[in-house]
Amino acid sequence: MNVIVCVKQIPDPALPGELDPSDNTLKREGKLILDESDSYGVEMALQLVTAAGDGEVSLVSMAPNEEVSGLRTALAMGAARAVLVSDPTLAGADALTTAKVLAAATKKLDGADLIIAGTESSDGYTGTVPEQIAEVLGLPSVTFAKTVAVEDGVLKVDRQSEDGYDEVTCSLPAVVSVTAGVVEPRYPSFKGIMAAKSKPVENVTASDLGIEAASWAQQIVSVEDAPAREAGKVIEDDGEAFGEIVEFLDGLKVI
Amino acid sequence: MGIDNIWVFAQTAEGAPTSGTLELLTKARSLGGTVSAFLVGDAGDAAPVLGDHGAATVYATGDLGGKLPGVAVAGAMNAVIDGAGPPDLILFPQNYEGRDTMARLSVKLDRTVLTNSTEIGVDGDTVTVQTPIFGGTKLVTSSFTGERPFLASFRPKSFVAEGGAGAAGELVAAPVPDLGAAGGATVVEVHVEEHSGPKLDEADIVVAGGRGLGDAEKYSMIEDLAKALKGAPGASRAIVDAGWVPYSYQVGQTGKVVKPTVYIAAGISGATQHMVGMKGSKNIIAVNKDKEAPIFGVADLGIVGDVHKVLPQLLEALQNRS
Ligand SMILES: Cc1cc2nc3c(=O)[nH]c(=O)nc-3n(C[C@H](O)[C@H](O)[C@H](O)COP(=O)(O)OP(=O)(O)OC[C@H]3O[C@@H](n4cnc5c(N)ncnc54)[C@H](O)[C@@H]3O)c2cc1C
Ligand SMILES: Nc1ncnc2c1ncn2[C@@H]1O[C@H](COP(=O)(O)O)[C@@H](O)[C@H]1O
Repeated sequence: MNVIVCVKQIPDPALPGELDPSDNTLKREGKLILDESDSYGVEMALQLVTAAGDGEVSLVSMAPNEEVSGLRTALAMGAARAVLVSDPTLAGADALTTAKVLAAATKKLDGADLIIAGTESSDGYTGTVPEQIAEVLGLPSVTFAKTVAVEDGVLKVDRQSEDGYDEVTCSLPAVVSVTAGVVEPRYPSFKGIMAAKSKPVENVTASDLGIEAASWAQQIVSVEDAPAREAGKVIEDDGEAFGEIVEFLDGLKVI
Repeated sequence: MGIDNIWVFAQTAEGAPTSGTLELLTKARSLGGTVSAFLVGDAGDAAPVLGDHGAATVYATGDLGGKLPGVAVAGAMNAVIDGAGPPDLILFPQNYEGRDTMARLSVKLDRTVLTNSTEIGVDGDTVTVQTPIFGGTKLVTSSFTGERPFLASFRPKSFVAEGGAGAAGELVAAPVPDLGAAGGATVVEVHVEEHSGPKLDEADIVVAGGRGLGDAEKYSMIEDLAKALKGAPGASRAIVDAGWVPYSYQVGQTGKVVKPTVYIAAGISGATQHMVGMKGSKNIIAVNKDKEAPIFGVADLGIVGDVHKVLPQLLEALQNRS
């Protein structure tokens, strides 16, 4: 069983985000890391391949400046190889273009039974890319998966719903997007980190994938500060602070 | 040209249109032009309410036969567009099914999507949407520059639902076409969680707990408090991921958007992704032992203290009153 995981490399979310003043898109020039949202997909893929007893996990990513730091983390976890699409013409690409690029990138790898993505990226969170990849490739998809298994060549997923979950079966090949918490991502071992350094990463451009003059039909008009919410009163609990809450609720006439 | 023809992705729950559907219809109607609802499943008795919120036409896919809504409804929409021509604009809710349908349709029509928005404006032929970023501290205004239909999705509770448009929408069948290989997924069983009390996104009071509660058993403090206040219990993603409570309790970017009269956050740090789901609350009370916790930046009343002390005392005080 061969699995491809879409992994996004993003600016460290612990650092404050910054917009490029020239075009108001998110600045991405510094070091990028593996999006935590995609570490679940990598782990899920590794577990599925282990359970199947054969096959490999491969990665696809689109990121500027041939950035590989995040990919190395996923390779250190145990993925075998990666295809990295890096092209200045794709800077600020919309979700649809991203999906077309990633779908084309999966074709550089010879065939997969399953393509896994995160339900939403930490910095873009459109949440549409996985389903768009499925449509570009003409594949079925199951989004918001909280458990994933393959039994006798059939995909079995518990799909999160608004008020519970649905058991879904699906033919392969397919695209699955996994929620955070679906599995506990492993920490790369020292051996894994060393091995990752020599694992193959194929660098490709948009035109290598047959995507010429990519453009997208949206533009940012302006960015402004949102009206801030005023902070109110903050008190240290001296053993009686609960009384302040009761008083506050009383004042609102909700108790 | 103007924006003359708008579709709204519509859903029902237990036969009645969802609040999110009615919010989007109300907004669509305020933009002018003709509004249609594109309903997932059977219309049942929903057409009068949909009509009263602005839908002159109700396209209904009928039973999906176990197919997942995204691929099925996008197929049905595409079939209507092939026959009758495209609308100028389609509004989707930022929820599972809305987002999947929009994604599938965007590829079929080769159109961009603008997601996670909270406002929309139409000026002649130009459609702009506003999207909060960086935890809602900045607002980005974007416009569509290409061919129609424009596809946009909106966070729950971005608009206020209001009836009064009048007549029931005219029902039109919009069956799901053959989906081929893309339709390979089937729902074989549905599991619904039992719950009592008001719904999280409709409750007047929400009491939410986070990792600061320490362990799963301590969540009962939140449930007891919510019950005493006739409110709903909620949660941060940290404790949903940890399996303490089901996903349906989650407040935030990937969970529910709540705007109650009072939101009580106990042992929640106030990460940006949590705040986008509760910042719109009318009053916010926070209990956190770290006085630097970001949640205090939005709280009307902040208590720097231990949830294990403050919450039991509060519960007792409330119970003594009644
Ligand atoms: C793409 C994406 C989407 C996300 N979506 C969501 C979402 O929808 N909703 C959401 O909530 N999060 C979401 N998150 C996660 C978010 O970033 C935070 O990780 C999460 O909200 C943290 O939860 P928490 O506040 O419970 O935990 P923590 O951040 O660990 O905070 C615990 C708090 O409890 C306090 N505390 C500890 N002990 C006590 C005590 N005894 N008494 C009082 N206080 C105490 C601590 O001071 C701390 O402030 C998302 C993240 C990503 C990347
Ligand atoms: N540039 C990218 N490179 C690789 N995978 C991506 C990229 N953008 C999105 N994805 C995948 O799509 C998922 C959802 O992303 P998004 O639609 O941006 O919220 C992510 O969790 C990734 O698995």
